[in-house]
Formats: sequence, C-alpha cells, structure tokens
Amino acid sequence: MELTTILFYLFALVTVGAAAVMVFSKNIVHSAFALMFSLIGVAALYVLLYADFLAAAQLLVYVGGILILILFGVMLTSQGLTVDYKSTTVNLLPAALLSITAAALLIFAFTTTKWIVSTPVDRDETVYDLGMLLMGDYILAFIVVGVLLLITIIGAILMSTRLITQTGKTD
Amino acid sequence: MAEILGNITISLVHVAIPLTIILLFALVAIWGERKIAGFIQDRLGPYRVGGWHGWAQSIADLLKLLQKEDIIPKDANRFLFKFAPFMMFTASFAAFAVIPFSSAYIGSMINIGVFYLLAVTSILTLSVIMAGWASNNKWSLLGGMRGAAQLISYEVPTIASVLMVIVVSGSLNLMTVTEMQSGNDVLGFLPNWFIFQNPFLIIGFVIFFISILAESHRVPFDLPESESELVAGYQTEYSGMRWAMFMLAEYADMLLLSLLGATLFFGGWNSPFGDFMAGPVWGFFWFMLKGLLLVFVMMWIRWTLPRYRVDHLMHICWNVLIPLAFVNLVLVALWEVIF
Repeated sequence: MELTTILFYLFALVTVGAAAVMVFSKNIVHSAFALMFSLIGVAALYVLLYADFLAAAQLLVYVGGILILILFGVMLTSQGLTVDYKSTTVNLLPAALLSITAAALLIFAFTTTKWIVSTPVDRDETVYDLGMLLMGDYILAFIVVGVLLLITIIGAILMSTRLITQTGKTD
Repeated sequence: MAEILGNITISLVHVAIPLTIILLFALVAIWGERKIAGFIQDRLGPYRVGGWHGWAQSIADLLKLLQKEDIIPKDANRFLFKFAPFMMFTASFAAFAVIPFSSAYIGSMINIGVFYLLAVTSILTLSVIMAGWASNNKWSLLGGMRGAAQLISYEVPTIASVLMVIVVSGSLNLMTVTEMQSGNDVLGFLPNWFIFQNPFLIIGFVIFFISILAESHRVPFDLPESESELVAGYQTEYSGMRWAMFMLAEYADMLLLSLLGATLFFGGWNSPFGDFMAGPVWGFFWFMLKGLLLVFVMMWIRWTLPRYRVDHLMHICWNVLIPLAFVNLVLVALWEVIF
C-alpha cells in the first residue's frame, strides 16, 4: 500500500464523514463548520490528483469566501444566534422516495459504467497550462464569466445602496 | 513499508524546521515586543528574569501558562472551542511550506507557491469566527465578527499588492521570485530587489504593509481584540495553553507575512552586497534579518499609533486601499511593458 493510497482513504473519510455530520447535525452552525472540513477534504483530494491550482482555488473560494458568507448569513439573520435553531424533518415520505431513487440510479450508473483507470501525470506547469488554455481555447467562456461577475457586483452594489437610501442612513 | 516510513520521516523534518524557527521567533519576539514597548514608553520593560535585560521572561511566562488551568465555559461549544486555537496556528504554520528560507531550503517547490500561501491563510478567518462563536460570549462574538469582516476585506488589497509583484516576476513560486532578484544592477549599485526595479512597487509595498498589519490584526487595526471595547475580543474566554496557542498563531502570522514581504519586495535571501556575504547560510541570515526588521516596524507602529475606529478601518480598505491597489497594478504592468 502506497502513502498516496493511505492519504486518499484518509481524506476521503474526512470528506464523507464531515458531509454526514453536516447533513445530520441539528445545529446550523455545526453544519457550516462540518462543511468546512468536507471542503478541505475535497481540496486535499485535488492535490492527490496533481491539480494543485484547483486545490488552492477551492480553499480560497469555497473555504475562505463562500463558507464565511454562509456563516455571516447565519449569524446576521435576526436571532440566528440567540434562538436555538432546531431543524425538523418534513416531507419524510417524498424525500425518502427521491433519495432512494437517486441512490439506486447512482449505484446503477457506477456499476455499469466502464471506468478507464489511468495514472495521473505529475504536471509541473499547471498554472502556465491553465493560463494558456484560458487565454486561448476558452477565452470566450472566460470573458463571459468575467462579465457575469461584473453584472453581479454592480447588482449587489445597487441593491445595497437602495436599501441605505430607503432607511435614510447617510453613511 | 520502508519507503513509506522514509517519506514520513522526510515530511517530519520539513515540518520540524519551520516549527523550530517559529517557536524560537515567538520566544524572542514576545520578549522583544515588551522591551520595545518599554523603550518607546520611556521605561525599562522586563528586567529581572534571567539576568541580562530579563531575557528569560518569555520562558518564565511559557512555564506559567503551561501550569494554568484550562477553563472552558459551561455553555461553550466544547469541540469548536477546543479546536479553534489549533486550527488558527495550523493555518499560518501550513503556509510556511512555500517560504524560501535560504537558497538551499524551501519546504515545497510547488509551482503555485504564493497562491497556496494566500489560500491557506484564508482559513485564519474561519478560526476567528469559530473561536468567537464557540465561546458563547458577546465580546467574543463581536470580536469574531469584526475579525472576519476585517480579514476578508483586507485580503483584497493584500492579494492585489502581491499580484503587482507577480506581474513583474511572472512566477508564483517564491524561490523563483527570489532568484530573479539576485545581483546589483539597478542604477549601477542598488540590489535587483523588486522594490528598486519598478517605482510603482514602492506604492505597492506601502499598500502591502498596511494590509498585512490588518491581516495579522496588529495595532492600529487590532479591532478583533481591542481591549478597551471588547475585553479581549474572540480570545476573551480562553486561558492557559489555548490562549498561548492564539498568541503563537498571531506571532507566526506576523512572521509569515513579514517574510512574505521580504521575499516579494526585498530580495528574500539575497545579500544586499551582491556576491559579498552570499551563500545558503548567509542567505538564511539576510532573510531572517529582513523579516525581523519588518516585524520590528510592526511593533514600532503598535506602540506609537492609536487604534482606528471600526468604520474608519473599513473606509480605509474599501475606499482608499482597494482603488489605489488596482490603479497601481495597472501602472506597474504598464511600466513593465514600456521599460
């Protein structure tokens, strides 16, 4: 057994275990912090696939950005902290049916697909290759995503300034 | 099996080298901080323990902290409360892997170097929120929220100012960045450090330094733990070794960001005299000297300037530093294209 294999199973366990805690936890802040472990586990799995740039981006965007936004959302929601947030189970039967169907489909797809196993190549110049691809073959997608993000930012600024003028605050 | 053990041993050595440096630095820096504070305020600072200028004060403090009771508030979230200080230290410690301590030693030669550093240190924000929330204390929570808001905001000018250097160097690997700054060719005698190569990088360095002051929450930007308003912010409920872990993490973060500044702007392990006093061992000496000088300036500022108000802090970041950083980024790139 190689070290990478051991590490793979370790991080896979962390990812899946934390995801389970996230889903089954009754406390919403616990779920958010469990999500952090899950995301870090996924980043470690990317490293094992020689996708180092992707792993760092995963950490920076999801752990350092989106997860903190989630926590802020939870904490800034009125009484999100003082009131004990108890999650309850609703729609038990439809949800169970849906999950069983999804699980069956996934297992079916997993067992019937012919998986091509190949050893990942150790790449040195991941950033260079990514940059060349983004500026070459995928330039259109890259620009479209950039414009989309710009529209989102302008929209967010517009919404927040409108809120301030409505409430009459000047700052 | 022997191969796995060998790999693990090598990894442990790579873990031990920066750890030793951080621990020694923390001992010296805490003593140094108190001496500097003393001299700036026209008093002597610690003077008794160990004889010469109280040099053993930090060791005595460490032994005291080790013996203290580990108090966990009754309504605190036990797991997250215990976990937060360690996560905070891990976040800044993990980033030392890509710092080139000398021409002969760097923890990992990964291609994405500085990007990895910025990504890993973003976990710091989460550990501040985690400590603040898990303590079940209003001061802690307010400190945690402030800390998170501050760290997230100042990440933008930090990354923008790092990007200015990356535009000039064209590499994310800090070893390559340092190697590009060897030699003394600027104006005939100045070293080839990036801060001398491109005039706009001087503005870049000012932005970078202000941002790292905020990133390592030092005065004048120590809002997360401002003792006159929030008792001790997110650290309020912590005691004994867990509190010491927070202090260690803070000093590790200071050292990390200062060393990053030394690498990006001041030539890393390069000697200021060209080939004179160069080599792996001298390289380590110069690198630590540059880093410690930046740490000294941070301490100097801490004991000189008063604290900013929380809305002023955000104003500086979003209305001053970020626009300035992006304009400067374009100017740096233009200078590189033209000259």
